[in-house]
Amino acid sequence: MAAAVVTESIERRFDDTMAVDGVDLEVREGEIYGFLGPNGAGKSTLVRMLCTLLLPSAGRALVLGHDVATQPGQVRLRIGVALQDAALDDRQTGRELLTLQARLYGLHRAEVDERVEHVLRIVDIGDAIDRRIGTYSGGMKRRLDLAAALVHNPDVLFLDEPTTGLDPASRALVWREVRRLNQELGMTIFLTTQYLEEADELADRVGIIDHGKLVAEGAPDELKRAISDDVIVARVEGAGDDVIQALCAIDGVDQVDVHGEELTVRTANGAAAVSPVAVALSRDGVKVHTLTLRTPTLDDVFLELTGGHIDHGHIDNKGDGDPTS
Amino acid sequence: MTTTALPAAPPVVRARPAGFLSDMRTVATRALRAVPREPESIIPALIVPVFFYVVNVGALSKVSHNAYGLDFKAFQVPVAIIFAVTGISRASTLVTDIQDGYFDRLCVTPVRRLALLLGLMVADVAVVIALCIPVLLLGFAYGVRFETGPIGMLLFLLIAGAWGLVFTGFPYAIALKTGNPAAVNSSFILFFPFAFLTTAFQPKQALSGWLATVATYNPVTYLLSGLRSLVSEGWDGMELLKAAAAIAAVGAVSISLALAALRGRVRRG
Repeated sequence: MAAAVVTESIERRFDDTMAVDGVDLEVREGEIYGFLGPNGAGKSTLVRMLCTLLLPSAGRALVLGHDVATQPGQVRLRIGVALQDAALDDRQTGRELLTLQARLYGLHRAEVDERVEHVLRIVDIGDAIDRRIGTYSGGMKRRLDLAAALVHNPDVLFLDEPTTGLDPASRALVWREVRRLNQELGMTIFLTTQYLEEADELADRVGIIDHGKLVAEGAPDELKRAISDDVIVARVEGAGDDVIQALCAIDGVDQVDVHGEELTVRTANGAAAVSPVAVALSRDGVKVHTLTLRTPTLDDVFLELTGGHIDHGHIDNKGDGDPTS
Repeated sequence: MTTTALPAAPPVVRARPAGFLSDMRTVATRALRAVPREPESIIPALIVPVFFYVVNVGALSKVSHNAYGLDFKAFQVPVAIIFAVTGISRASTLVTDIQDGYFDRLCVTPVRRLALLLGLMVADVAVVIALCIPVLLLGFAYGVRFETGPIGMLLFLLIAGAWGLVFTGFPYAIALKTGNPAAVNSSFILFFPFAFLTTAFQPKQALSGWLATVATYNPVTYLLSGLRSLVSEGWDGMELLKAAAAIAAVGAVSISLALAALRGRVRRG
């Protein structure tokens, strides 16, 4: 499958800050690529370079074979973009905004009408389309933003944190629309997100970025399987080194991490290990608030790679991370 | 929320550059559409010149007539027009676009960057010419007539529109440079030296001292002279030429500043 987006050692520096630091990635045509990382990790900076709003400081990026630095006009014709905050004009109606957008992409009058009706069937805004955008809810604005990104029939769609700030119901609607665009129209989608479940739910492949560097890339299941099959998470008080040693000694336990009051035990067989873990904690007098057995998440992957959690946009204190075995 | 399959995209519809004029028309249309939706941005620009015209004529008409033999009602029409058209722009809207990210949305389209500015300026010209009309009607109601007839009146409107256009370069430069609404609002202060340190209320021969010196170098002095010639004196090529030169001089500065600020704003580096 051909590459829709390629970056080669791309960098972007702002004064002394390296926002994107030598990222190499390849997004294949027709896939949803999730770019996951906490706030400030460099996700939006990379998207702004790919959308031709920023020049790379070093390296290069190609979108559908066009260099974003030297052929921005060609790139702009082929991409649709919904930036981090729904960038709309409250004084226009939804239909006026879509029409204006289509005109700027050179569509003729009949094409404009056709495309506006088409995207309104994809992104259902109902009768509100003829109301001023200032009257829209946050979810409706996001969906109109998505419609505006689609009106010229782009080949690659960039969505920069498309559901940040939305309630769960609105988020689910956006997810469904993104999935349908990809599955039914074959659109390549580059999606940045700080929500683990969003990347897990939507992305065929995920790139994890931290401090401007790509720290992992792959299908979500592959990334999760790479760290362990099961995870036991305990919220505890008073877990000392002796407790950790005891947990490490349990058969089948691969690794124990301490993160504040959270103990994370990785194991190939969670069902077999959960009882010995509970007994070990109890024997050493550790007060256990919760004990959970689950499969790994992308947050576990992030923790494994960086020593911190992605906590909806914030990284927990990384100094607490203490891989013990 | 529909759950039916997505409609197939019409395969022939592909994005293409729209062309500079089309881009400019699209940007201008959006700007003009917003004007009646924000009457608060236009009403002061209508009230201020009408207010000044009525008050000045009421207060100074007899004095000026006795002192200089002026038809002060005709003398004040260009002043009211300058008050109406100077500083009217969509610069504050542009700042809102920048702050809200809508400007970035426009920049990821193939739109020509220059059209983003010139489209707004074209809309401004339409607005300032529209603002001139009630002021002119008030003048007519006071008995003012154009010595140069309807063609002179049309030229009068075009000169006023041209002045309004070039003056918008200042607030647009500030808007694009700073992206700050307070800075744009404070650009209104430029209006005062341009409008008042000139022959707004007295003919040049009546000015003395520093004010006479400043007025001599103030381009609005020559703009007012040109406009007044159309109203009160008849066709005077030299006065019109001076007015055009004054507009061109201010435009060279203001438009250069605005274009430089636009380049800075859309620079990707």
